[in-house]
This record gives sequence, structure tokens and C-alpha cells, in this order.
Amino acid sequence: MIEIENVRKSFGTLEVLKGIDLTVQKGEVVTVIGGSGSGKSTLLTCINGLEPIDSGRIKVDGTEVHAKSTDLNKLRSKVGIVFQQWNAFPHLTVVENVMLAPRKVLGLSKQAAEEIAVKQLTHVGLGEKLGVYPNRMSGGQQQRMAIARALAMSPEYMLFDEVTSALDPQLVGEVLDTLRMLASEGMTMICVTHEMKFAREVSDRVAFFHKGVMAEIAPPEALFGAPKDPELQKFLAATH
Amino acid sequence: MFNYTFHWNQALKALPQMLDGALVTLQIALLSMLIGVICALALTGFRLSGNRVLNGFATTWVEIARNTPALFQIYMAHFGLGNFGIHLSPYTALLVGIAFNNAGYLAENFRGALKAIPDTQTRAGRSLGMTAVQAFRYIVLPQMLRIAFLPTTNQMVWAILMTSLGVTVGMNTDLAGVTQELNARSFRTFEFFALAAVIYYIIAKAVTLAARALASRMFRY
Repeated sequence: MIEIENVRKSFGTLEVLKGIDLTVQKGEVVTVIGGSGSGKSTLLTCINGLEPIDSGRIKVDGTEVHAKSTDLNKLRSKVGIVFQQWNAFPHLTVVENVMLAPRKVLGLSKQAAEEIAVKQLTHVGLGEKLGVYPNRMSGGQQQRMAIARALAMSPEYMLFDEVTSALDPQLVGEVLDTLRMLASEGMTMICVTHEMKFAREVSDRVAFFHKGVMAEIAPPEALFGAPKDPELQKFLAATH
Repeated sequence: MFNYTFHWNQALKALPQMLDGALVTLQIALLSMLIGVICALALTGFRLSGNRVLNGFATTWVEIARNTPALFQIYMAHFGLGNFGIHLSPYTALLVGIAFNNAGYLAENFRGALKAIPDTQTRAGRSLGMTAVQAFRYIVLPQMLRIAFLPTTNQMVWAILMTSLGVTVGMNTDLAGVTQELNARSFRTFEFFALAAVIYYIIAKAVTLAARALASRMFRY
């Protein structure tokens, strides 16, 4: 369970998160929608401990992320994150990209790490690309590799930060299919996305962020069917 | 107008001696690179440390090495330090001078290479649970080496050519030194220096070609 309690965060004088409360249960898929600068991506990087918070609390399975005593490296192998920019490691082949963290962080043998990597890459449809260098692949393939790389750590939670935003339109589908597959397998996920159709399909709940506030959160039928917040109504009218 | 008669025989007879000199040249160049790389890594670290004293020291080094003649740097190592009672042999002074120069140029290369790698690479590593050191060691460093590799081999070529400045501090066992002495005895300046130039060329070219071959084997992405 991920518990976010009254989280505030500023960059300089700009307050990007103005007291966010959100609890995500095991197995739940929550998508976060909203305009640019609404704080959605920042929230994800805070959950993963990549960004500090100013006040409030984030707990993952009871462990407080920003407590000094928390081993962030351990936490991060439990909470995977995939970014808009997939950040393939260009000097490693696809299979080596996925093997690196299991070997160095989990201390697995080369063989064990390779087994996991092959399994995860096959899972996201890249079983044929193992020995290829990332720059020989499309953005969609690299993004799926990044997803396999995060999954190879056997995370219990996955955070997806606009993972299709930097892709050519024709490549978006393959990555969303991968996310759908994960959702159907019961992975607990928080997805920041601009893909409304996707959000409607996979989410248990959809959260709408506006100017650092979670203005509305509801199951997709309710949020898309009968939006209450006036900003959300405007946002949906503009994106449809 | 042009009645000089070439005497290549004399020069060719001296070839074994000159090749021995070439070995010394290569040795100094290699050692100076080894020392240069180690110093450059330290200087790069100093410059990124955020410590004002270390940063100032490293920046001064880099500025002097890159903006003054290599000849002066070698002079300083021999005669300059000599004024303070530190007497370095021509061999050591030449080595120190070139290593100093190498370190300055290489430090700048390394810093550029490091800057060329986006922070998001480290971030991706950290997000997978790696420590900062692991992310640097396994993600940043290998990419940095690739970027810095060819400029570093260029510096190696420079180091080889810079060794010829050793004659100015009395170096007489390297290729330039040996050639100079042969010249002084025979006055067959053109022949000896042309032959020496060919040897320098072959060594420099061989280093460049070897570096390229090595790069294409090491960096396959």
C-alpha cells in the first residue's frame, strides 16, 4: 500500500504540490491526469524518493520514504519507475541493460540475472532483441526495454511517468499494450498519462491534478462521465 | 643554386642508433601519458569537488598547461625548478613537463566527456536502486571513456611529438636527441632529420591507427 499524506513540495518559490492525499491499495491501478505543471510527475519522483518533500509523509508498505533511516536503494527496488525519456544505457545491449541492476543491486549471478532479463524482455515482446544495442531500436522498443528493466527488480509497485509522451504516435500503442498487460496481471501501478482512452480503460481510479492540488479522484466512469470539478470539465472538454 | 649531394648512406647506417632513440621517445611518451591520465582524473575530481582550494589548484594547472608553450613547461621543470635547488635530469624534466601538459589537456577532455552524459542516465540508475557510486561506475564511466578515448589518443600523439623538445634541456638519448648529436658530428642535417621525421611519422601514425582499431573493438555501440 502506498499512503500519501498531505505532501507539500516547492521548487524555489513555486509550490508544485499543495497538500496531496492519496492512498493506493495493492493491486490497484491509479492514473493521474492533468495539464503540464500540475505536479503529477513530481509526485511520482517523490514516491520513489528521487525528490525530497517539504512536508507531509509518503509511506510504502508502512516504510516512510523520506525518513533518514530509510534505505532508499532498497525501497527503489520495490518501487519501479519508468520515465518519459526511457534512458536506455547506450553502452549496454538490451539484455545487459536489464541485467545490470539485478546483478549490482540484488547481487545475482550473471546467469540468474540473465534468466530474469530474458524472461522480462520476452514478456514485453523484445525476446528477439537481446543482443541489440538500444540505438538500433525504435523509441517504443526502448521504452518497453525500460519497462522490462524496472520489472527485472521484481518491484511490487510500478510508477509510470508519461511513458508515451516522447514517442512517435504510431509507437504509443505498443507501450500502452505493455502497460495494459501489467495491469491485467495485477501489478499495482500509478500512471501519469495524457492518454485519456487508456486511463479510462485500465484505471480503478483516475485522479485529476490541477495546479498542485488533486482536484478530483473517482473511478473512470464517474470521473469521465460526470466530472464535478469545473477545471476538470474544462480539461476534458479541451482534450476530447 | 642546388648543388647539395645527398649522403643517405650515413643516415641509414645510423638507423639502429636512431631506432634505439625512438624506443626512448616512446617510453617517455607512454610514461607521460600514464602519469598524465592519473593526474587528469584527480584534477577532474578536484574541479567537480566543490572545494574552492582544490578547484582553484586544478583550474590553475589546466590553464597553465593549455595556455603556455610546452617548451616553457619543460624548461621550468629543468631550469626553473633548478633555481629552487630541485635538480631534475633531462629525462625526468622532460617526463615531468610533458606529463604536466598532458594532464592539463586530458583533464579538460575528461570534464567535457563527463558533461556530455545527461544526468538522466544517473537518475535512471539510481531509480533502479543503484548507489551513486554504482551508477557512476557502471553507467557514467563506461560512456565517459568512450567519449574521451580518441581525444586521449590524440594527446598520446602530441606527447610523442613533444618529446623532441627534450633537446632544449640536454636530452640526448631520445630520437630527437640522438639525431641532433649525429647531425652535430656529420652536418648531414637534411638526411638525419628527414629520416627522424619519417620515424616520428610512422610512430604517430601507428598510434592513431592502433587507437582506431582498438576503439572499434571496444565500443561496439
